[in-house]
Amino acid sequence: MRISNLLKVALRSLNRNKMRTFLTMLGIIIGVASVIAMLAIGQGSKQNVQASVASLGINSIMVFPGSSNQGGVRGGAGTTATLKVDDALAIAERCDLVDHVSPVVQTRAQVIYGAQNWNTTIVGGNNDYFYIRNLNIETGNTFTEADLRAASKVCVLGQTVVTNLFGAGANPIGRTIRINQIPFEVVGTLSPKGQNTFGRDEDDIIIAPFNTVYKRLMNSTYINMILVSAISQNSMDAATAQIGQVLRQTHKLGPGTPDDFTIRNQAELSNIFGSVTKEMTILLAAIASISIVVGGIGIMNIMLVSVTERTREIGIRMAVGAKGSHVMTQFMIEAIFIGILGGILGIVLGVLVSMLVAHFAGWPISITLFSILLSSIFSVVVGVFFGWYPARKAANLDPIDALRYE
Amino acid sequence: MSEAIISVQDLVKTYHMGAVNVHALRGITLAVKQGEYLAIMGASGSGKTTFMNLLGCLDRPTSGNYFLDGVNVNTYNKNQLAEFRGKKIGFVFQSFNLLARTSALENVELPLFYNPAVGSKERKERAMHALESVGLADRQSSLPNQLSGGQQQRVAIARALVNEPVVIMADEPTGNLDTRTSYEIMDIFQSLNEKGSTIVMVTHENDIAQFATRNVIFRDGRIIADNQIQKRRNAALELKNLPVLDLDNEIEES
Ligand SMILES: Nc1ncnc2c1ncn2[C@@H]1O[C@H](COP(=O)(O)OP(=O)(O)OP(=O)(O)O)[C@@H](O)[C@H]1O
Ligand SMILES: [Mg+2]
Repeated sequence: MRISNLLKVALRSLNRNKMRTFLTMLGIIIGVASVIAMLAIGQGSKQNVQASVASLGINSIMVFPGSSNQGGVRGGAGTTATLKVDDALAIAERCDLVDHVSPVVQTRAQVIYGAQNWNTTIVGGNNDYFYIRNLNIETGNTFTEADLRAASKVCVLGQTVVTNLFGAGANPIGRTIRINQIPFEVVGTLSPKGQNTFGRDEDDIIIAPFNTVYKRLMNSTYINMILVSAISQNSMDAATAQIGQVLRQTHKLGPGTPDDFTIRNQAELSNIFGSVTKEMTILLAAIASISIVVGGIGIMNIMLVSVTERTREIGIRMAVGAKGSHVMTQFMIEAIFIGILGGILGIVLGVLVSMLVAHFAGWPISITLFSILLSSIFSVVVGVFFGWYPARKAANLDPIDALRYE
Repeated sequence: MSEAIISVQDLVKTYHMGAVNVHALRGITLAVKQGEYLAIMGASGSGKTTFMNLLGCLDRPTSGNYFLDGVNVNTYNKNQLAEFRGKKIGFVFQSFNLLARTSALENVELPLFYNPAVGSKERKERAMHALESVGLADRQSSLPNQLSGGQQQRVAIARALVNEPVVIMADEPTGNLDTRTSYEIMDIFQSLNEKGSTIVMVTHENDIAQFATRNVIFRDGRIIADNQIQKRRNAALELKNLPVLDLDNEIEES
């Protein structure tokens, strides 16, 4: 027996009942499409979160003042005055797993250029700050050593600030703006970064030398954060431990005394958000795959009807020499074909839906080969699984009973 | 005398209908020789169809032996029987049993379809040839519901011939047809028989039975008579002598 013959017979019988075939397929189509779309949306949001975490910097480690579990309230970090400029120097000197360190102070201020005025975040850091936060210079330069030492009144502007003070596309290099009435010369602009996942505009920022902000703008004695980068991704945890030790020594904390600082690294953040999005994706995909199973039950239902309806045909085929296996194969081909074609159409629909969602809702999507493979395999398996019983039933018919069937 | 191509010994078939046992066949012993044309007669319910289904390997006996072409069919399993039917038996049903919505040619091709030794080109050629031999070459692409009863039965006969079976079995092949069409079918059977085909046919019309070479009569699941036909009728001749019932001609003549 040639399989091509059976294929022809199976396709013809599907073709005869186009509407029925299509409706049967619809269950699989919708199921596969929703799995693809759900995985695409889930995967997309995961990548989005990862990108946001990555934009925090290269192998970056953040040291905040205050204990993370002080008073049992996690919000305590960054609110106390326990971090000093010397701590940053100590980390730079004594931690060999660290290659860039910048003390960071941060405030908000009113900025004026001509008649324009704008309220934005002012960050004080040294040139390592640009490196660690992965900020690129669009035009102009970062700070000179002299600027940093002498607390020069120079600054680098984010694109949102440029637009709001100078208008889109203007070149602000060499102009003087006023931050809290103090004149600053613009020496550079940052490449645009856009919004992060948490909705903050990362271009709405002005960066000035650490000493300038620390002494001239804020006149404070403590710093908001120390930004550090580890020498490699793999040494993040070791570097974090090293920093902890150094700070405990410089802060003279005895054994049993809790840390008066908090260290967070990028890997931690990425894990936290990663696991949340992963759980969400799995949940969505699980819900969607239920509909594939429902679609499979639809296949089984229609195949059973079809076997009953074609009992006489089966009897005739058996009477002239068809074996049980021929009949079985013929029905299996029908079921698998519905599964495969439904799967293909489902993938197409799923990709379209994902793209529509991406377009209209502005959600990031990412259609992976994995999700396509997964749903193709799933739909074939559903075809085989739910087609098997009806096909078996047809194959087990006795020719004489099948011929007698009214 | 030539070999017995069909040989049944004490064949019994009992249907179990709940508590009731229906004894459809109570012990049939019969041999059919190569080239014979056997007609089985008998009252309704005497077990003719039951017997034919057993001969056609469509059903299994309750007891007794059946040899077809030297093979003890009882020893065959379901798959072997299917293959055996496809290669050795041509079966013609009273109710035609053609596949609906499938062309005449494809219906005829069906037995070869399940034979891996026959390619699609050979299959088409042989099917076409079989259709020609029943005079329906021009209707090859017609669907069963576009054919008259007689034409459908001729397609069914072509299907029974196409695999060159060792025996053609027909259960009331003319049961649903008028006299003229019945004779046309008998004409086909007789010429097949003349070319050497062995035929076993069930009929309850005495005049149809007279086209065969031998008559067997069933009653209550037993054979009560077994005769050679002395004055065999010739279907080709009878067809010529049959009054033509042609209304158009009559109207023109009057
Ligand atoms: N599937 C079945 N189940 C139960 N009893 C059956 C079955 N088939 C046939 N019989 C019984 O077996 C007996 C023989 O039936 P069979 O069909 O062989 O008769 P027949 O000679 O072909 O009659 P007819 O000339 O009316 O076709 C009858 O009594 C019938 O009721
Ligand atoms: Mg009968």
